Amino acid sequence: MDPVTRVTGRAVPLDRSDVDTDQIIPARWMKRVERTGYAGGLFEKWRRDPGFVLNDPAYAGASILVSGPNFGCGSSREHAPWALRDYGFRAVVAPSFADIFRGNLPNSGLVPVQAAPDVVAALLAAVTADPATEITVDVAGRLVRCAAIGEAPFALDESAHHRLVHGLDEIDLTLARSDAIAAHERTRPPWMPTGRP
Amino acid sequence: MTTLADKVWDRHVIERGDADLLYIDMHLLHELTSPQAFEGLRLAGRPVRRPDLAVATADHNVPTGPDPLSLLDGLAARQLRIQQENCARHGIELHPLGSPGQGVVHVIGPELGLTQPGMTIVCGDSHTATLGAFGAVAFGIGTSQVEHVLATQTLRMPRPRTMAVTLRGTPRPGTSAKDLALAVIARIGTAGGTGALIEYRGDAIAALPMEGRMTVCNMAIESGARSGMIAPDDTTFGYLEGRERSPRGRLWERALDDWRTLRTDDAADFDREAVIDAAAIGPQASWGTNPGQTTGIDGTVPDPASFADPAERAAAERALAYMDIAPGTALRDIAVSTVFLGSCTNGRLTDLRAAAEVLRGRRVAPSVRALAVPGSTRVKRQAEEEGLDEVFRAAGFEWRSSGCSMCVGMNGDVVEPGAHSASTSNRNFESRQGPGARTHLVSPESAAASAVLGHLASAADLED
Ligand code: SF4
Repeated sequence: MDPVTRVTGRAVPLDRSDVDTDQIIPARWMKRVERTGYAGGLFEKWRRDPGFVLNDPAYAGASILVSGPNFGCGSSREHAPWALRDYGFRAVVAPSFADIFRGNLPNSGLVPVQAAPDVVAALLAAVTADPATEITVDVAGRLVRCAAIGEAPFALDESAHHRLVHGLDEIDLTLARSDAIAAHERTRPPWMPTGRP
Repeated sequence: MTTLADKVWDRHVIERGDADLLYIDMHLLHELTSPQAFEGLRLAGRPVRRPDLAVATADHNVPTGPDPLSLLDGLAARQLRIQQENCARHGIELHPLGSPGQGVVHVIGPELGLTQPGMTIVCGDSHTATLGAFGAVAFGIGTSQVEHVLATQTLRMPRPRTMAVTLRGTPRPGTSAKDLALAVIARIGTAGGTGALIEYRGDAIAALPMEGRMTVCNMAIESGARSGMIAPDDTTFGYLEGRERSPRGRLWERALDDWRTLRTDDAADFDREAVIDAAAIGPQASWGTNPGQTTGIDGTVPDPASFADPAERAAAERALAYMDIAPGTALRDIAVSTVFLGSCTNGRLTDLRAAAEVLRGRRVAPSVRALAVPGSTRVKRQAEEEGLDEVFRAAGFEWRSSGCSMCVGMNGDVVEPGAHSASTSNRNFESRQGPGARTHLVSPESAAASAVLGHLASAADLED
């Protein structure tokens, strides 16, 4: 995976709470077996409304999505980050995220930017008032910058930060610990069930 | 002094860190969220570390009409074929469409006895939380993590915070586990459990059979929690004893000795706690577009203006516009034209029995299309042995074969655009049950009563 140290770009304001994964990418798109090609499904139903913010040409080409609390609630589908990424987003700013979704974002190279509610509110106001507003997400420094707010910190857990900034493959990291895994594996109780191919 | 969740977690930590490296005892797979993971392994030339600790089935995309195999669309058929190839190549147990072990992944795991106390269990599906009912740490993961587990049999996960939700007292008669689950979410909110693993406790939980406990844990994710959990007890052991993959003989005795230690120490502290009076909970129904937008069936749809929090107010306004319901409407005045009985929340044998009991000698209203969809092929067979299929058919329900069906609206079973449904599933998100569908989450008993009356109702409404 390529390192992601910074995201700079214009942003789309999606001022709603509890944006769920069924809105981000409807389930029918999950019959596909590929990891790419989900841009058309992003917010598919909301995009049928001509007034929906993604249909506003002023926001075309934006790389940051700013939204409300509990973003990404619902299903564990990684198709949701894939759809955001395929559409062109590189970071999502929200006051809070659903746990599984927050964990999934960095695995697709996207940055979950969990900022204070007043910071998110100010960013929403700024990008709503002027779609040309630029936002910078400094991943390495865990800071979000914008003329409207100056600079504000955001939360990003240590392991996600490490992997994003260094572009590390988590499986490689873990395979390097195979001896420790094997040692633990030998303690798995004998009564625990197994599959039968 | 340690909580149940921490005890089970600690047993599986290989290396501590900001995110712990955690050993995974069982990996359940379904057709939707695994193909890209297998493809990733193939591209990297990596083997599956423990194919014997994985079990797969097909549930989300499968049609549930007569002869489901013939009804598969091209994309779904390709996805199932790829799943068969992947499982065959790596030597993973698969219960494919058409086989007696097939069913919704969270239903077949317990049936087989694959979900035991003290285990770590994962699946590329958020409702893996269901399996925490056995005193296991069970959670949903994304596809990259599915690939990670296949390659390493581990996950890197930050330790969840602990939360206790205590349900005190005896629920009123006619209140089901689903009503408890919905009432908890309405109370703590859709983000009330964020970052935490909820342990459900209290006499109302202890009194539930395993099926009801699974219903409660299933919906932990709807309150934002990583998962739900219930301490194992004699009810748990009774459910597991004699199952196909449960230990036997001396191993069973050893397992029991261990399982009995899996409970929260009396003096242990939780990071968060909520205490809820179960005696005050009656049948519930959701009115909005997230599961927290729920109230008692005797209630009315709230006025968005009554919410102090601006985000909640805006969400309620949006929800009522989508649902096309006016504030102040009595829930019983909401007409439903579709009823769905099934899903990993309420598709087990006891759920079907409870609904059939309400339907015996009654008929579905002419305006209603009602589906009964067993959560697994085994549940279907057991229900038919008891004659439940006859009760459903006689009442005017469609008796279908097992799958996720109308819970997810991607397999041919959908609610018509704009129609209101009473559904025993777990998500009332916009268009979840089909484009434009308006979902009301209810218990199996209430779903049956709503089908008969043609509007949201509880079973008590049928007794005059
Ligand atoms: S029944 Fe519904 S919630 Fe359960 S696994 Fe299937 S789609 Fe998911």
